[in-house]
Amino acid sequence: MKIAVCLRRVPDTTTKIVIGADGVSINEAGVKFVPNPYDEYALEAAIALKDAAGSGETIVVALGEDAVQETLRTALAMGIDRAIHLQGKPSADGLENARLLAAHLASLNCDAVLFGKLAVDDYGQQTGAMVAELMGLPCATAVAKLEVSGGRATTEREVEGGVEQAGCALPAVFTCDKGLNNPRLPSLKGIMAAKKKPLDIVPVSAGSGQVAIVSLALPAERAAGRIVGEGAAAVPALLQLLTSEAKVL
Amino acid sequence: MTAILAILEQRNGSLRKGAAELLAAARQVADQGGATVDALVCGHGPVTGLDGLGAAGADRVLVATHPDFANYCPDGVVATVAAIAANYRAVFVAATSTGKDLAPRVAAHLGATCAMDVTSVVMAGAMLRVVRPVYAGRALQTVDLAGTPVVAVRPGSYAGVAAAKAGAMDHVTVPAFTRRLEVTGIRAPEKAALDVTEARVVISGGRGLGDAKNFALLEELAAAFGGEATVGASRAVVDAGWIEHGAQVGQTGKTVAPDLYVAVGISGAVQHLAGMRTAKVIVAINRDKDAPIFKVADFGIVGDLFEIVPALTAAIAKVKAN
Repeated sequence: MKIAVCLRRVPDTTTKIVIGADGVSINEAGVKFVPNPYDEYALEAAIALKDAAGSGETIVVALGEDAVQETLRTALAMGIDRAIHLQGKPSADGLENARLLAAHLASLNCDAVLFGKLAVDDYGQQTGAMVAELMGLPCATAVAKLEVSGGRATTEREVEGGVEQAGCALPAVFTCDKGLNNPRLPSLKGIMAAKKKPLDIVPVSAGSGQVAIVSLALPAERAAGRIVGEGAAAVPALLQLLTSEAKVL
Repeated sequence: MTAILAILEQRNGSLRKGAAELLAAARQVADQGGATVDALVCGHGPVTGLDGLGAAGADRVLVATHPDFANYCPDGVVATVAAIAANYRAVFVAATSTGKDLAPRVAAHLGATCAMDVTSVVMAGAMLRVVRPVYAGRALQTVDLAGTPVVAVRPGSYAGVAAAKAGAMDHVTVPAFTRRLEVTGIRAPEKAALDVTEARVVISGGRGLGDAKNFALLEELAAAFGGEATVGASRAVVDAGWIEHGAQVGQTGKTVAPDLYVAVGISGAVQHLAGMRTAKVIVAINRDKDAPIFKVADFGIVGDLFEIVPALTAAIAKVKAN
């Protein structure tokens, strides 16, 4: 089974956000970058699917500037077989990035293409489904369960009030949610092996698209709250505030 | 500017919550440009509640009926929207689990841009200007969208407006399509409860609970609210397996905006705060008076949650009984 995973490099989730001098992006000084947490579920799923099939290849693909190669090496260290770096600055328009990815993925002829359900920087939440639509492939998003057998996949994903079940033929695109699996950490052996695995660089140029970022700003801080009191004795006072002041009861 | 298409969700013949909100967002934008709002409902049979959509701001209600629409059918909805898209300036969906699945498919099919989790949308000249949270709500991005954008409006961002329009019913043809993804149904979750994104009151627990079984205390408090509350959790306890991941609030979980959020034994890591900071009222109960959760909480009680929560449960039950 041949599986591709599309990977993003994002600021660590503990990053304190500081707006950059350009007013449209964050100040990256001192920021630690990591593989997008949801993409780790996709990487783990790819390795597991190949292992279950008994043969095949796993490929990790990332669009971005050169720093993304470090993230690709992390994926290789987890156990992905080879990496492709689509070298270029991503567009602010997710559709342009999806077009680039779809064009390159088409040449790989994979049985499955996996994404994280979202990237924790821009929260675009669109690339996987767009790539599927552009490639004319079935797509299940935000899957927390993915089973493959006999050229078909069955999936589950959480929806409001339930778990939606679906099925499709392969090849197909899946975006992965928390709960799908427990991503492995790169082993020391994996890290050493990753240095020798192929990482191909393909220069690309994303279109400017139909999106212009006007500004990036910090949200308004919540007004400082107050400590109502200590222990169970404070409950009546709290209830009074919730009833007459906040009016939420 | 011609018209805005608002795609409404139905499940089992009933409109999903949030239709009026989405129409309010579309209505406000349409009124800026003298445009109309069409609501599109895709179903497999009669859908109840369509007669109220005019009062919620829809000039027309377009009904697309197809046997495959018994369950959510993204390929069929995309084909239906594509067949009528030339009439529209923008496509609006609610940023629910279904809307988030649908929006990028529609956008890619139309060659359009897609903006997810939009909390505000206005006309800005020939563009649509949207505001959307990024970095899990720790920053707000303002973006101008050209073309025929697909805008997924975050639930809770708009209040329904009384802007009575005709709401004239019309039927649209579902073109032939290939059902590439076959949704077979929705099963009940392991634990039947309101989703944290839909409940009016969320009672969340963290490591301070000490043990998985102590979530029962929070279940009791939620129950005292009488069907409008549900139980959420911090990442730490989800990762520890105390509660299912669907309950997780925060950066790698869900973003919630309930009327009341009660954080019990949650210290308030930045990733958790990102998921609940837009709640109307936040109450924190924690043993540590220096816990960061108290910085965002409107009201805090310092002390032993095992004493405070049962007292609060009793007090809420008493209020609700009256």
